[in-house]
Amino acid sequence: MHSELFAYRKAPELVSGKGGRYRVVVVGAGPVGLCAAIDLAQHGIDVLLVDEDNKASEGSRAICFSQRTLEILDRLGCGERVVRKGVVWKHGKVFLRDRLLYQFDLQPEAGHKRPAFINLQQYYLEQFLVERAIETRRVDLRWRNRVISVVSGTHNVTLTIHTPDGDYSVECDYLVAADGARSPIRSLLGLEVTGQVFRDRFLIADVRMEADFPTERWFWFDPPFHPNQSVLLHRQADNVWRIDFQLGWDADPEIETQPDRVISRIRAMLGEARPFTLEWVSVYTFRCQRMRRFRHGRVFFLGDAAHQVSPFGARGANSGIQDADNFGWKLAHVLKAAASDRLLDSYDAERVPAADENILNSSRSTDFITPKSNISRTFRDAALQLARTHPFARTLVNSGRLSVPHTYLGSPLDSGDHDSFSAKMSLGAACIDVPLTGRAGPAWLIDQIGNRFVCIYYAGDDRLPPNSLIECLRDGAIAAEPIVIGTVGWPLTAVPEHIPAFIDTHGLFAKRYDATPGSSYLFRPDQHLNARWRTLDVNTVRSALSRASCLHASTLAAS
Amino acid sequence: MPACFDLGGVMTLITDAHLARPDDFYEALLHAHRGLSEEQSQLLNARLILLLANHVGDLDVLREALAAARAGIIDQESQPPGTGSGGKEST
Repeated sequence: MHSELFAYRKAPELVSGKGGRYRVVVVGAGPVGLCAAIDLAQHGIDVLLVDEDNKASEGSRAICFSQRTLEILDRLGCGERVVRKGVVWKHGKVFLRDRLLYQFDLQPEAGHKRPAFINLQQYYLEQFLVERAIETRRVDLRWRNRVISVVSGTHNVTLTIHTPDGDYSVECDYLVAADGARSPIRSLLGLEVTGQVFRDRFLIADVRMEADFPTERWFWFDPPFHPNQSVLLHRQADNVWRIDFQLGWDADPEIETQPDRVISRIRAMLGEARPFTLEWVSVYTFRCQRMRRFRHGRVFFLGDAAHQVSPFGARGANSGIQDADNFGWKLAHVLKAAASDRLLDSYDAERVPAADENILNSSRSTDFITPKSNISRTFRDAALQLARTHPFARTLVNSGRLSVPHTYLGSPLDSGDHDSFSAKMSLGAACIDVPLTGRAGPAWLIDQIGNRFVCIYYAGDDRLPPNSLIECLRDGAIAAEPIVIGTVGWPLTAVPEHIPAFIDTHGLFAKRYDATPGSSYLFRPDQHLNARWRTLDVNTVRSALSRASCLHASTLAAS
Repeated sequence: MPACFDLGGVMTLITDAHLARPDDFYEALLHAHRGLSEEQSQLLNARLILLLANHVGDLDVLREALAAARAGIIDQESQPPGTGSGGKEST
């Protein structure tokens, strides 16, 4: 499928006989490596992206993509395709034996551009990302190029790359390892990943069938068709359904993946009458582990290469894509010589705690789904039984705590909250979307920010400060693009055309951001909130910007 | 005085006598287990703990109770393992 996208070509170094020199090499063209490469490309950085394979993922693999991931994909220019092809969902149901225990809604509040989740087979996501990477014209994608040696030096990284036409070497300023859970780069550098292996096995089956089940996440504890174990059902695109059967540690993967055996399990679940075809089957185990640090000199680890979780909670691919989101703008700022190399340390400082949050949530889910002792099973069963009649117990039932973006609390890049804001949102949180109305009609807040620093000035129903104050946000050593938001009835026309201006049509900006006239919000290029104030002071904004981008002292002096 | 709030309004575990009718409670507790198998009794205890924990609500108090319940069962010095659970192996 789409073989031209993944076509192998002889590397130019093998034609010229000369070694290559690149600013950035990304290893691994899965969702995470592709997102990192596209982000860098959008910042004007040329990227060499190598992958040892020459096809998209086999089987559906990662399927649940969260609202935050969709927002990142929007920023990277391919969110719309992903959402259109995917199936949207936000409800989940949890069953105990043959009865519904409770249901949940992951996006109870309306007013967001993107849904709580979509399900889409990983191979579609990869295809769309490859197409987008090619479209940027800055990503040199090389399939069947396998890194076989890495030397990480003070000033550069040297790689040897193996291809069907022979080996060649390249030098780069920075190496991005997004090469998966078994990361060859990690092994080549002799770096460790530590954590826990869970003693359980799961059978994963992609089934194609016509079914009118609602597009929801269904999770069973101890269902009649698969007693004493759990089962998870998800819908994907093209009438493909994902079924996960918990098998227990003693299951034999070879026996369990035999089609007859899989089919009989699925028949027991769906009934004899429903026709289906089996698309993909795999047995997996999982571990919750991470590298101690994600930065090693000029080498950065992203996604599964850096950290791994159990699949319950959709925290694997989503957190990997958030790694790329966090990393791309930082490396771009450093490569453009505006920021000091220290900015890259913040990738580690922000994403290690994010990985820990994901590992904690994922481990807790796994402890509930796979009790490790008689007493943990007893408590698990007690919670499940009580959940039928007592609402409190439903909060204890853990079939997966679904991925939410990590808040970079206490990030080295923010200057702290000095004014008081009562909104639920804290500094370091990803932008919470809001529907707005612009000069050209309806608009989403999330589409207005990202890729550069943005400073939102909330005018409310008050007058604008002098245009010069707003405009000079654009003048600093690191610019912040100004955006003005006012309440309904506020005169948009009073704002000069070259300053983006919006009406808070539903009052949701004021509510979600606890905004009062004069409140100002600084967003980073990855759409995370970096600073906020009750009044706008350009010098304060500039000092926040220089901290947020680890501005070079020399750049600062020159500005 | 079996206070349930110390100075500063922080709730702490009550370990002074607080039960309205201790003998009646103890009898009721044993009574609740009557006729149950060992396994069913375990389940009843677990359900009871969860119900009471929800009634208490405050995590600090619950942690105190967990520590008090564990104290002295094995080596006094030993602390319960962290947030992780057993049965996993390190890699």
